[in-house]
Amino acid sequence: MRLVIRHNADTVADYIAEYIKERINQFKPTDERPFVIGLPTGSSPIGVYKRLVQLYNDGHLSFKNVVSFNMDEYVGLPRDHPESYHSFMWSHLFKHIDIPPENVNILNGNADDLQAECERYEAKIQSYGGIELFMGGIGPDGHIAFNEPGSSLQSRTRVKTLAYETIIANARFFGGDVSKVPKLALTVGVGTVMDAREVVVIITGANKAIALAKCIEEGVNHMWTVSAIQTHPRSLVVCDDDATLELHVKTVRYFKSIEQVQDEMIGRENLGLYGQVAGPLKYKAIPSGN
Amino acid sequence: MASATGGVITQFYNCVVLKNHKLVDDYVYVQDGKIIDPAKMFFDSRRAADVRIDCQGGIVAPGYIDVQINGAFGYDFSNDTDIIDEAVDNVSKGLLLQGCTAFCPTTVSSRPEVYARVLDHLGPRAGSVERGAEVLGAHIEGPFISPQKKGAHELATLRTAAGGLAAFDECYGLDRLRQNAAYVTVAPEVAGMLDAIPRLIEATGIRVAAGHSNATTAEATQALAGGASMITHLFNAMHPFHQRDPGVIGLLGAEGVRPFYGIICDGVHVHPHSVMIAYRAHPDGACLVTDAMAAQSLPNGVYKLGEMDVDVHDGNVYIQGTNTIAGAVITLAECVRNFARFTGASTVEALESATLHPAQMLGIASRKGVLSYGADADIIVLDHDLNVQRVFVAGKEATRENVIYKNKV
Repeated sequence: MRLVIRHNADTVADYIAEYIKERINQFKPTDERPFVIGLPTGSSPIGVYKRLVQLYNDGHLSFKNVVSFNMDEYVGLPRDHPESYHSFMWSHLFKHIDIPPENVNILNGNADDLQAECERYEAKIQSYGGIELFMGGIGPDGHIAFNEPGSSLQSRTRVKTLAYETIIANARFFGGDVSKVPKLALTVGVGTVMDAREVVVIITGANKAIALAKCIEEGVNHMWTVSAIQTHPRSLVVCDDDATLELHVKTVRYFKSIEQVQDEMIGRENLGLYGQVAGPLKYKAIPSGN
Repeated sequence: MASATGGVITQFYNCVVLKNHKLVDDYVYVQDGKIIDPAKMFFDSRRAADVRIDCQGGIVAPGYIDVQINGAFGYDFSNDTDIIDEAVDNVSKGLLLQGCTAFCPTTVSSRPEVYARVLDHLGPRAGSVERGAEVLGAHIEGPFISPQKKGAHELATLRTAAGGLAAFDECYGLDRLRQNAAYVTVAPEVAGMLDAIPRLIEATGIRVAAGHSNATTAEATQALAGGASMITHLFNAMHPFHQRDPGVIGLLGAEGVRPFYGIICDGVHVHPHSVMIAYRAHPDGACLVTDAMAAQSLPNGVYKLGEMDVDVHDGNVYIQGTNTIAGAVITLAECVRNFARFTGASTVEALESATLHPAQMLGIASRKGVLSYGADADIIVLDHDLNVQRVFVAGKEATRENVIYKNKV
């Protein structure tokens, strides 16, 4: 697991947007081989989406050959309700970029047969050969997508009842009225996310500090479902200083030192996107003392 | 690109849009002559924009609506009775290029023969690049007005409503009114008028405006209660404001629902201070009108307004040999700029006074004067000094190349 720590939500968003841009551009997607990306909603990714839009406007990134799969959608909320995840994705991302409408996939929370809709979604992901990069946030209770505590770490796309803490957290989008928040949602499973070839988790804010600590410093546990990334071969967590508040000093120092070694000793130009070293190591400098 | 999901989709981008009484960074999507909900197109029909229009950071607003205009480009709706279709065609096209996408051709007080000849040609007609701005129906100003406040109208044509509905039928033809008129201007104090107003509204469905009037406050208030919903060119051709009997002007301070009011912002008809006072009294009611006459867009000279000869000189229009103002030669786009300057109104408020408010006055604000989903795609793109840069009617761009009109002179 890579843990990249940045100062605040803005610099976290800078890093992730830049990372995604590089991933897509280095992948060189085409019509036959599109870049399949998994996308979240919520307050954490808003800054990332803003920067992706800016990158598109500046001509550094195109979504012409990007296929998207969103993580979740409320059940029973009209598609054009301002708080539906369709509306969220439209206003924060899709309306500003050149992603073809037929490339966009979001679960239909108003389907007649919700179970069939979930199965259709899984099959659609398979039809593209799986997801290349799944971006997600984390709930205060450590959940990824709507995989609330107690979700199987091998779960697939399904209907979930939302946890109380999640409903309270979402009430702010429904005028602070808990009774207006939908209680059911369709969500990709923990297994669905972990099937992606890369998982990128954005974690910002002090209220996520405990969840981050539980997910990366303790065991793989279905009560903190993001902890499943511990067994993923290629995961990246990007967090801000506030989110590290519950981590051991040792953990924070270790991951910061990795970046420091990469910058000062190895040199960014010698490193690939995953931090892998291409070719024989050419040390820039061996620091004396310290 | 036309298909089962509709025709070409056009997206306006790189703009600020007048939406929900604000200017917001957003896009406007147009399909088949209407403004559409792009999210619906994207998720349901799986369509994205086919054509993109770069607004270069400008303002996207609904097209302007002029509800009082007697003529322009050498044409006069009350005088050119033999060539009335040509008059409507050419004025519609000329106005369109100025950013006015819908208007009410206005007739001054005339004899019944004139109404019989022209009214059927001034009725509602959709706007298009081929035909020009939309005609919203006629504004019939007079002849049921006050002889003391006739302005440039001809005294011999004036009449009373002593005969009730029959008087209107005899003058205009009630059927003709029903089919062609958007609204009529009357003076409340004219004999029989106060009783007639509600009956006229019920019989024809048209709106009634108070104007060219010496009405007392009591008479004006009763007209309002009877259904009058508009004041024609506030301040002009009406009793001046008096603190104990504010009359028609005083309706801006009435209790309950207050009327809309047309106001001419050429700086000639109404002093800028007066415009500011009216605006501050009742900002939601302001409807900018040009009251333009045949000489609009033409050089200085002598022209006809109805049967009257008028002198046009540098934006001032007077009945020949008098001090009586006789119509204006200003464009609605200039009125908007002047209005903003005179009153300190925000850009949003100035734009709405030439779009939303006239549409509300006519009861058509679901499809005109707004950029809501489902509204007609009559759109103007302006720079931040409120100069009109581009004009679109029914979703198509109107340019000097594709809007072909000939003015008379």
